[in-house]
Amino acid sequence: MRAPLSWIREFTALDDVAVADIADALNQLGLEVEAVDAPGRDVNGVVVARIIDVVPHPDADRIRLADVDFGSGQRRVVCGAPNIEPGMIVPFAPVGAVLPGDFTIERRKIRGVVSEGMLCSARELGLGDDHDGILELPADAALGTDVREVLGLDDVVFDLSITPNRPDAMGVVGVARELAAHFGRPFVVEEHEPAPIVDEVAGARVVVEARDRCPRFVAVAARITMGESPRWMQRRLTLAGMRPISNVVDVTNYVMLERCRPLHAFDLDRLAGRGIVVRLARDGEKLTTLDGIERPLTGADLLICDAERTPQGLAGIMGGAAGEVSPATTQILLESAYFEPTGIAHTSKRLGLRSEASARFERGVDPNNAGSGAARAMELFALVAAAEPATGAVDVYPEHIGPARITVRTERVNRLLGTALSGDDIASYLTPLGIEMQGGEATVPTFRPDLEREIDVVEEVARRVGLDHIARTVPSSPDKIGGLSPRQRDLRTVADVLVGAGYDEVYTLPLLAPGDLSNTGVQTSAVIEVENPLRAEESILRPALLPGLLRAVAYNAARGEPDVSLFESGTAFGVPRDGEPLPAERRSLAFARAHRARRAPHEPDRPVDVYDATAALSAVAQELRIADLGLEAASVDGFHPTRAARVLVDGRPIGVVGEVAAVVVDALSLVAPVVACELDIDALLTGARREMRARPVSRFPASAVDLAFVVDDTIPAAAIQTTLVDAGGELLEHVALFDVFRSEALGSGKVSLAFTLRFRALDRTLTDDEVSALRNKCIDAIVSAHGAELRS
Amino acid sequence: MSSAADLVERAQSVTRDGTDAFSRAASLDDLSDAERRFLGRSSALNEIREAIKSVDGSDRAAIGRALSQARAELEAAHAARLEVLDADASAVSATRDRLDLTLGPREYVRGHLHPVTRIWRELEDVFVGLGYKVAEGPEVELDWYNFEALNFPPGHPARAMQDTLYVRLGEPETVLLRTHTSPVQVRTMESQRPPIYVIAPGRAFRRDTLDARHSPVFHQIEGLAVDEGITLGDLLGTIEAFIHALFGSDIEARFLPSFFPFTEPSVEFAMSCVFCRGAGCAVCSRTGWVELGGAGMVDPSVFAAVGIDPEVYTGFAFGFGIDRVVQLLYGVDHIKILWDGDVRFARQF
Repeated sequence: MRAPLSWIREFTALDDVAVADIADALNQLGLEVEAVDAPGRDVNGVVVARIIDVVPHPDADRIRLADVDFGSGQRRVVCGAPNIEPGMIVPFAPVGAVLPGDFTIERRKIRGVVSEGMLCSARELGLGDDHDGILELPADAALGTDVREVLGLDDVVFDLSITPNRPDAMGVVGVARELAAHFGRPFVVEEHEPAPIVDEVAGARVVVEARDRCPRFVAVAARITMGESPRWMQRRLTLAGMRPISNVVDVTNYVMLERCRPLHAFDLDRLAGRGIVVRLARDGEKLTTLDGIERPLTGADLLICDAERTPQGLAGIMGGAAGEVSPATTQILLESAYFEPTGIAHTSKRLGLRSEASARFERGVDPNNAGSGAARAMELFALVAAAEPATGAVDVYPEHIGPARITVRTERVNRLLGTALSGDDIASYLTPLGIEMQGGEATVPTFRPDLEREIDVVEEVARRVGLDHIARTVPSSPDKIGGLSPRQRDLRTVADVLVGAGYDEVYTLPLLAPGDLSNTGVQTSAVIEVENPLRAEESILRPALLPGLLRAVAYNAARGEPDVSLFESGTAFGVPRDGEPLPAERRSLAFARAHRARRAPHEPDRPVDVYDATAALSAVAQELRIADLGLEAASVDGFHPTRAARVLVDGRPIGVVGEVAAVVVDALSLVAPVVACELDIDALLTGARREMRARPVSRFPASAVDLAFVVDDTIPAAAIQTTLVDAGGELLEHVALFDVFRSEALGSGKVSLAFTLRFRALDRTLTDDEVSALRNKCIDAIVSAHGAELRS
Repeated sequence: MSSAADLVERAQSVTRDGTDAFSRAASLDDLSDAERRFLGRSSALNEIREAIKSVDGSDRAAIGRALSQARAELEAAHAARLEVLDADASAVSATRDRLDLTLGPREYVRGHLHPVTRIWRELEDVFVGLGYKVAEGPEVELDWYNFEALNFPPGHPARAMQDTLYVRLGEPETVLLRTHTSPVQVRTMESQRPPIYVIAPGRAFRRDTLDARHSPVFHQIEGLAVDEGITLGDLLGTIEAFIHALFGSDIEARFLPSFFPFTEPSVEFAMSCVFCRGAGCAVCSRTGWVELGGAGMVDPSVFAAVGIDPEVYTGFAFGFGIDRVVQLLYGVDHIKILWDGDVRFARQF
């Protein structure tokens, strides 16, 4: 909504209030000021002048010389415009004047003739695109006057963003009412007496079939003379962002902008049967709107038709091309109606067709200014289109819509706002908005359909008190104990461990293309699709994080950073579980490391390997004190066939870790090797944890035993270690693998694994015999469980 | 047969020779040799001690004193020389074992949290300090939670403010990617009774293409307080407290009336620009204010949808963009870079 200040001032006296203060007030009232436009700001020193004489240029055909009189002097200018002639009143920019674009006029020689200034087109003054000729000013404009005054360029326009609940502020009158209340000024709007109600006007009748969609329909008629509207009206419409069209259309727009009262003028002679039928469309019916587009309709769309039921307009949104007023029109029928808001919103949204009228109807216009609005239009038609009104007005208004009455409790207002207002205070805040308080009951005018409940009135009080005048406090409940949940703390821990391990956290889009999945070997069935994606690249919800994360690895490689360690923690989406309406959302953790691990500059770099990935995994598990984390060799799509493992917690699979398969490396243009891991974080976090309970530490010496076994290399080292732990029992304090060795002498498929074991008792020094027995027990266990040989 | 005077004289002479030998020892090995010679088992001093037996008893004491003195002098001379030679040797090995510590360190690289995670955590910590817990909800939502329960009826013009991505599940346009974090409000009020003090940071979605200024995914934080006696003043004060905590106590909070279907009264809040302190700059579009988000008192119709009695309880809710705060505090002027995973960006935080 663009509200020119001069127009606002017609309804409330604000002459002594600075523009900045008005803008500030509008913001504080909730009518957000997006911009304050001052169209004349960039025009300086341009004055009204009369062309005295026009003579040909001695050396050019298309340009001429004009002598102009600007009241206090005369000048000769060179001018290329075709429309200049003696007697014309024009904008004259003398030497030193400034035009938009910070263009200062200088004395210039054009084809040998000195030009002492310039005559201006509308475009040169920043008044739109018209550059066909010099702008003609009104004949009565006094010579020497600043053109900003004559053209209304001294006006200021507030560009307001009106929230969907405020139809009243979609009119200059409504904006003025708010400002009058804010500044405590009188607010005066002339209420035009509606014409007396008749059954038919100028022989036209109105039949409303869809009464719930059109609770009121007022029609008036007049003989008019088509033409242009006067300059002052055009100027206001232009400032308000609308294009002047003709005197009749301009009046309808003018009343709409002024009173939030949309109107539509039909050419009465083109309305077949000289009448109006308001009805719902039939499915499949079509209407060409006046923008020339044929609109397919449904049974939910409301139509204004002629008496023969032929559609003439899409009610409340846009008129039809057929019944449009034209230069040939001599008689009009003016529609001033009230349409039910949601119906307008639905049709407007479905057709993607929004107009100034629909923006107002869908917020809810005042049903009770239909008659006075039509009368206001008649007054203007008389002024600008020589209208001769037909007698009376047809008014189809079977059920009067009265003002809402709302109980407003003073105590409730104060309890919600934290204020200490009296009932009188509240009344005095509301009265200037047109809301009458009596005996704790508010009577709300019908131009404020947003006020239906007590809370709505409370908001009005808050706006009027001003948010800056409400004391700022904080809730003081003693029951308020803040904190993160254990899970939320664990999620932070996981990220912190990975950061400590050198991984950079990244966010990748949770919206993917199906191809992102097939590239990374992820199952493409059972994914959640987006119904209305903007692009195919963002058409499914990620079922896993690795596809996006590996793409980020490739992104970096393509930019000269192949050595990266990345992780992401976020939601992955699976198909709904049985009976659930929503997808199964899973918190997932993925990390990946690529290419080389950098060492010191004087040491060789090494390629990353799966143990880098398992190290990070183990660091996370250790910090969380996961009691039973296991790895089980597995063949997993997207991973190297023999360098991947399932991650097990408490024996249950929760994810995968390994080296990314060569096909994936190729498909994503990764720089090999790339190792990666993805886990279901909640499955990890709900795994059994090592208790945090102190245990005594022994004061006695330990006995170390080193054992090397030759085993088949298909036996996981972890299995042997587990056997050692079981065999060693409570006295085995520590066990670790310290050497892995292969040789021809051992035989192919054989590997030597060397473990160091440390035995210690809590209460004594172990004897040699005890240690020897433990050693033998361990050896026997490994030999019998894994077919191993002790290597001597 | 030696006289006592001879023996004393010899002891003095050995002392001179030994002191001289120690002081001339050029290395620890030399010194070790000299020590063996002058202080060892078969040293000249020991020979003199043996010779005492052949001297008259009356003279033995004088010789003994001379021997003690000689030994003390020799030991002192040896120790002095040893100290010097040890120091020399350390210096030599230090030179030999020198390491250039400016050679790049062995890899011990720390990673970096995403800037949004950093601010996300900071916001959580501020509100935890104010007594809030952190609530969560699904990113794919039912229309009920995202719109209806929040008082956006179908066809309501306020729905047009949201550009919704729907998901192909159930009846058309019933399952969607949540357009804001506000549905967590409804879920929280459904599952808990007041007093409720929660924030809900999370992801929200809109039908946009990723570019410098737009993203189909963004981060919001929602706040909700429901208790007896919560006022609009509490809302304004809480938002002011958070702005002070995050941006500094000299940053002002400004509130303007606004409209949201699920709050009433509704407000928009802004803070004085952290860069120009209100003077007007490019960041705040020369207004001196940076818009942050929307808030308001929980609308009674929302309470009705979750079965909380609005006559007993009142509440406020607020929401704002985390990404916006990230942009402001870290000077990130490009949204897409938050989603690229570019380590040249990640490693700046």
